[in-house]
Amino acid sequence: MNNPKVIEILETITETTDVKTIKFDFEGDIIPGQFFMIWIPNIDEIPMSVSYIDKKVKGITFKIVGNATKELFNLKVGDKIGIRGPYGNGFSIIGNNILCVAGGTGIAMIAPSVESAKKRNINTTVLLGVKNKNELFFENRIKKTGANLFVSTDDGSYGYKGFVTSLAKDIILNNKFDQILTCGPELMMKKLLEISNNISFQASLERYMKCGFGLCGQCCIGKGLRVCKEGPVFDETTLKKTEDFGVYKRDASGTKIKF
Amino acid sequence: MDEDAGSMERIFNNGAGAIVTKSIGLKPRDGYPNPTIIELEHGILNAVGLPNPGIENFKDEILTLKKSNIPIIGSIFGSDSKEFVTLAKKMQNYGVNALELNMSCPHAKGYGLEIGCDPDLVKEITSQVKKSTKIPIFVKISPNLSNIIDIAKSAKEGNADGIVAINTVKAMKINLELKIPVLSNKIGGYSGNAIKPIGIRCVYEIKENIDIQIIGVGGITTGNDVIEYFMAGASAVQIGSGIYYRGVDVFKKIKNEIISWMKSHNIDNISELIGVAHK
Repeated sequence: MNNPKVIEILETITETTDVKTIKFDFEGDIIPGQFFMIWIPNIDEIPMSVSYIDKKVKGITFKIVGNATKELFNLKVGDKIGIRGPYGNGFSIIGNNILCVAGGTGIAMIAPSVESAKKRNINTTVLLGVKNKNELFFENRIKKTGANLFVSTDDGSYGYKGFVTSLAKDIILNNKFDQILTCGPELMMKKLLEISNNISFQASLERYMKCGFGLCGQCCIGKGLRVCKEGPVFDETTLKKTEDFGVYKRDASGTKIKF
Repeated sequence: MDEDAGSMERIFNNGAGAIVTKSIGLKPRDGYPNPTIIELEHGILNAVGLPNPGIENFKDEILTLKKSNIPIIGSIFGSDSKEFVTLAKKMQNYGVNALELNMSCPHAKGYGLEIGCDPDLVKEITSQVKKSTKIPIFVKISPNLSNIIDIAKSAKEGNADGIVAINTVKAMKINLELKIPVLSNKIGGYSGNAIKPIGIRCVYEIKENIDIQIIGVGGITTGNDVIEYFMAGASAVQIGSGIYYRGVDVFKKIKNEIISWMKSHNIDNISELIGVAHK
C-alpha cells in the first residue's frame, strides 16, 4: 500500500557536518539503487535512496539541501517519520569487473551497491568525488569491502585533485570494465557517459517527485519515462536518446530548469 | 501522466483516443508540499493543488504534441471568466482540439469547486469562453455538490458542448500514529475504484435531466466499467488512476475488453449502448 508507514528512528550517525544517516526497522529485500519516500510530518515528503539494506534494518544518508532535509537532520532517536516504498528499479550488475563512480551525496547510493557487488565476488573499482575532504563519507565502509578505492577532491585537499570524471577517464582507459554504475550530479554523469567508451552504463537520476508509484507524471523524462517507476536507474541506450539527460529537470510546477 | 509532451505521447501510443492535459492556469504554480498523493484501500487520495507551469510555458508541450497529430483537450482553470477566456484563447491558438473548463478541483482555494458550485458563475464563464473561441468546450463538474443538476444545466445554458462528470470526491486520511491528516493540504480528492458508483449515478442523473453530451470519468479500470458509464449516458470516458492499477497500457487493455464484450453481446456499434439504462 502506497501510504506512509510511521516508524521510530532507531539510530542516527553524523557522517560530516551536514550529512547524516538515519536507520530504522524495515523488513524486506531492497535492490541497491531503489528509494523510499520519506515523510517528515508537517514538513514534506521526499524521495531518498536507500544507503543501508540489511535484512531487518534499513538506512538513508542525506545532506542538508533544503527545509525538509534540515528538519530530518535535526530528528533524534525515537522520533517518528513515515516511510513508503521501496520504489524504482535499482542497479542491475552485469559482468565480473565493474566501476562505480559517485559524486557528492551519490556516495550514499553507491555504498550498498559496492557491498552487494563484492559479496558476489565481483571485482569492483570505486571512485568517490567530493568538493573537499570534509565532504567525504563512507570511505572506511567502502575500504572494508575490499574494493579498489580512489578519491578525488575538487580542491586537492585529499586524494586526486580535480573532477572525478578526469580521474575516471584514465582509469577507464587503463582497465577493461564490463560495466559502469554511477550516481551523482547529472552533469557529472553525462560527462561520464561521454567518456565511457561504450561500456555498459547505468546512472541513477533524481527528479522532483509526488506519488512515487508511477501515476502523477511529475518525474517523467524523455518519452514519458517515469523516474520513479522505469527508473531511477537508466542504461546508456535510454540515456543517449533522452534529451532531458544532463540538460534540464522540472520544478514542482513542471517548469523546465536548466542544469 | 499529463504533465509534459513526452508523457502524453506515451499515453496516446498506448491506446488513448485523445489526451486531456493537466489543468493549466495563468502563472506557474508549485501546488502543495508533499505528501500530495497516497493510495488507500479502495482508491487514490490526492491534493496536489493545481501545480502547473503556466500557460506560457505550456505552449512548447502542446506544440510538441501537435507534431504527432494527437487530439488534445486543453484543461484550464481560472478564478473568473476573464482568466478563463484568456487561457482558452491561448490554448486555442496553440492548436488544441477542444477545451475542458476545470470547475471542480476540490482542493484549491479560489479555483475549481469554489467556482463550480455557483450556477450563475458556471453559466457566465462557460458562455464567455464559448463566445470567444471556436472549438468544443466541456465543463468538468464536481460530485461534491447537492445541486449537480443545476450546475450541469448552467453549463448547458452557457452553451457548453459537453459535461465531464465527475472530478474527485472530497476525502481525508488520518495517520493513527501521528494523529494528523497525511496530505499536507489535509483534505484531498478521492479517485479510483471506490468512486465509480458515484460517477455512474452523476452521469445517469445528468442524462436523465439534460440533453447534452457527457464524458464519464471516475474509477474506470476495465472495459465493463466503460460500458456501465455508456449505459448511464456517457458517450466518451476519461481514465487517470487506472494507469496505476493496470499500467500505462490500460487504454489498450480496456479497448480490447470493450470489443470482446460487444462481440459476446452482439453489439455492432457502441453508440447503441449510450443511455440504455434509462429505458
